[in-house]
Amino acid sequence: MIYTLCIILFLLGLYGVLVKRNIIKIIISLAMMNNAVNLFLILLAYRSNGVAPILDPGMDPSILLETSVDPLPQALVLTSVVIGLGVTALMVALAIRLYHAYGTFDITKIRKLKG
Amino acid sequence: MGLLPAFVAIPLLTALVLNIVEQKSWYTHILALSSSIFLAVLSFFTPQTHGIYYVGGFGPHIGINMMIDPLNRLILIVVQVIVMLACWYSVGYMEHYTSKSRFYAFVFLMLAGMNGIILTADFFNFYVFMEIATLASYVLVSYGGRSYELEASFKYMILGSISSLFMLLGIALIYSQTAALNMMVAAERIDPAHPVTFLIIVLFLAGLGLKSAIFPFHSWLPDAHSSAPAPISAILSGVLIKAVGIYVMLRFVFNFIGSENAPLTMLAWLGVIGAFVGVVLALGQKDLKRLLACSSVSQVGYIFIGIGLGTPLGLAGALLHLISHSASKSLLFFSAGSIEYSANERNITLLGGLKKLMPWTHLGNFIGFSAIGGIPPLSGFWSKLLILLACVSAGQWLIGLLAALFAIMTLSLLPKIEKNVFTGDIPEHLKKTKESPSSMIIPMIVLSFFCLGIGLIYLVPSWNQNILTSAVEVLMDGRWLGAINNVP
Amino acid sequence: MSGMTGIVKTVAEWIKGFILFYGVYIVLQGHLTPGGGFAGGVIIACSFIMMELAFGKQRAEKELSEHGSHLLDEFGAIAILLLGLWGYFLPQMPFFSNVLLEYWPGSPFHIISAGSIPLINLAIGIKVGTGLYTIFVSLAEYKPELQEKEE
Repeated sequence: MIYTLCIILFLLGLYGVLVKRNIIKIIISLAMMNNAVNLFLILLAYRSNGVAPILDPGMDPSILLETSVDPLPQALVLTSVVIGLGVTALMVALAIRLYHAYGTFDITKIRKLKG
Repeated sequence: MGLLPAFVAIPLLTALVLNIVEQKSWYTHILALSSSIFLAVLSFFTPQTHGIYYVGGFGPHIGINMMIDPLNRLILIVVQVIVMLACWYSVGYMEHYTSKSRFYAFVFLMLAGMNGIILTADFFNFYVFMEIATLASYVLVSYGGRSYELEASFKYMILGSISSLFMLLGIALIYSQTAALNMMVAAERIDPAHPVTFLIIVLFLAGLGLKSAIFPFHSWLPDAHSSAPAPISAILSGVLIKAVGIYVMLRFVFNFIGSENAPLTMLAWLGVIGAFVGVVLALGQKDLKRLLACSSVSQVGYIFIGIGLGTPLGLAGALLHLISHSASKSLLFFSAGSIEYSANERNITLLGGLKKLMPWTHLGNFIGFSAIGGIPPLSGFWSKLLILLACVSAGQWLIGLLAALFAIMTLSLLPKIEKNVFTGDIPEHLKKTKESPSSMIIPMIVLSFFCLGIGLIYLVPSWNQNILTSAVEVLMDGRWLGAINNVP
Repeated sequence: MSGMTGIVKTVAEWIKGFILFYGVYIVLQGHLTPGGGFAGGVIIACSFIMMELAFGKQRAEKELSEHGSHLLDEFGAIAILLLGLWGYFLPQMPFFSNVLLEYWPGSPFHIISAGSIPLINLAIGIKVGTGLYTIFVSLAEYKPELQEKEE
């Protein structure tokens, strides 16, 4: 099943977040997880040889319902991409600040908080 | 019903306006305070019945809906009141910081997100509002810009983003199962026996557990909540983990998938372990704010014990403890912030003898720790009593016994703080310490009265009926979510 | 940053207008063709980002200053919210309802159609274009000495 590939991509991203030490790689892994979910949503809506979901005046709604692709997940993915952009931008900004504060991107060396 | 969009629109508009005014202008405080007071007053005028609002005029099968019932009305009022007091407190506290209006802008962005989460009846809309609220909170945690604050914010951000993505995957699976994003429609269509539903439950419980800092996922909370400025710590610990984590958990478990399909016993036991781990961590801390944050883990554990029992009495206890913890933990963070503001020191081994120098802060701290430790007649006593009674009546003797034991351990935080911070000799570097300005004292006094009075919600029969019982009835109604059938 | 070589500068000078214009086209046709506020706004931001990359900070500052883009960003966001509130303040109209469709329906597949959706697309385009540019500028020009002293 093609959906399994999305889940594998998601888990690969999760693996990257949990295992990698470099902050930039962690950010990339999170973006990968986000894109895996977006891909999953898009694949939910896909229908081979589907038509655009526009109801013309002379068209039968039930036929359109059977042949058209689902437009809603595409709108959701657009929103999700925008949110992902915001999260990534904030993370990169924090990473720059962290680099200037600690002089490293290695999260094992960024340890002032304990307990 | 017409009031509901105002709770999202007014904070958003305030945040956007605050973002373009001068950073240090005098009207920043007035704008933020008047907006938050207006929202707090408005929240008491929301309807007490079930209600639904069609955003854009589209019905539940097409458009985004907002809904209100006694449960989210209760949480809405708690959120508005705590945020209002935090704004009031910030007037004095934020003197040390530059760019005040941007601070308020993020507070109001977070408020808009929380109100959206509470009021929305649409899964994807919930995800969007959750990201708004948590993104603003990531920024606010790192607001001081010192290195450990940045580190705490980054840690919080990684775990928060993972939990959000878990929930987004869960939402995608819900859409694939039910072809609906509206919570009410999806709740009617979902098939609890289907294997994908199991995956949805796992994803949502993991995501919401991370957000509400239940036991195995609690590691980010002491860092994040102790690094933020004090009013933000109060909002984060007091309302954010409840609006984003616990409230949505209640909705998801009881109104969406149905309590018989959820691993409630596991939640109760995770709550027990969380209550233990939190209080043990708190007893070992030297940093005052970190101690409070660790104690939040413990109190969230209590709320989950109440949820995990699944009986009406347990849920009433969980809700009462939610309100009581909001008030008492905000009060404690306010007083800790007041100590930090005046003495410029958070390490309790270096503090001492502040009882004479800061009498009002001492009073607030005393009432807060008594309330959280459960000394009658303060708020924590009634809520913990209710949870213990629920444990006993549900036959879970062991959980009740452990919860009582950990309550006594929580109480031992009070003499620890009294001894180290407020009594004893005044160290040399603290001789010139003065009491904080009145704008920081008054919110503490207001919250102290709340801590004294919250027990009345349970004790006065008509309040109990209107506030607690009606909210519990919403949860006990099962998989029928909200008001789709009886609203025209 | 003094910018890149003469070839890049010349080409960037030639095509910046086309990129900006294409972005505006995508925004304005958002309700008729694929695209819309977000996609068009990203293209608009790209034209400014390209100028900054090719010519350096001073020239990009002349095209659109950081403060100006911040103000436009906020203006776009407030405009979206006010368009949503427009319906809220009218009787019998819910929040975020398409008010303009009642008064000015237009005809399908023309620029003036779909009520207030083109206006919302325009506001989103301004918001995204300037917002993305602001993010880029503030990330590219972050100066570590502005940072507060370590305790």
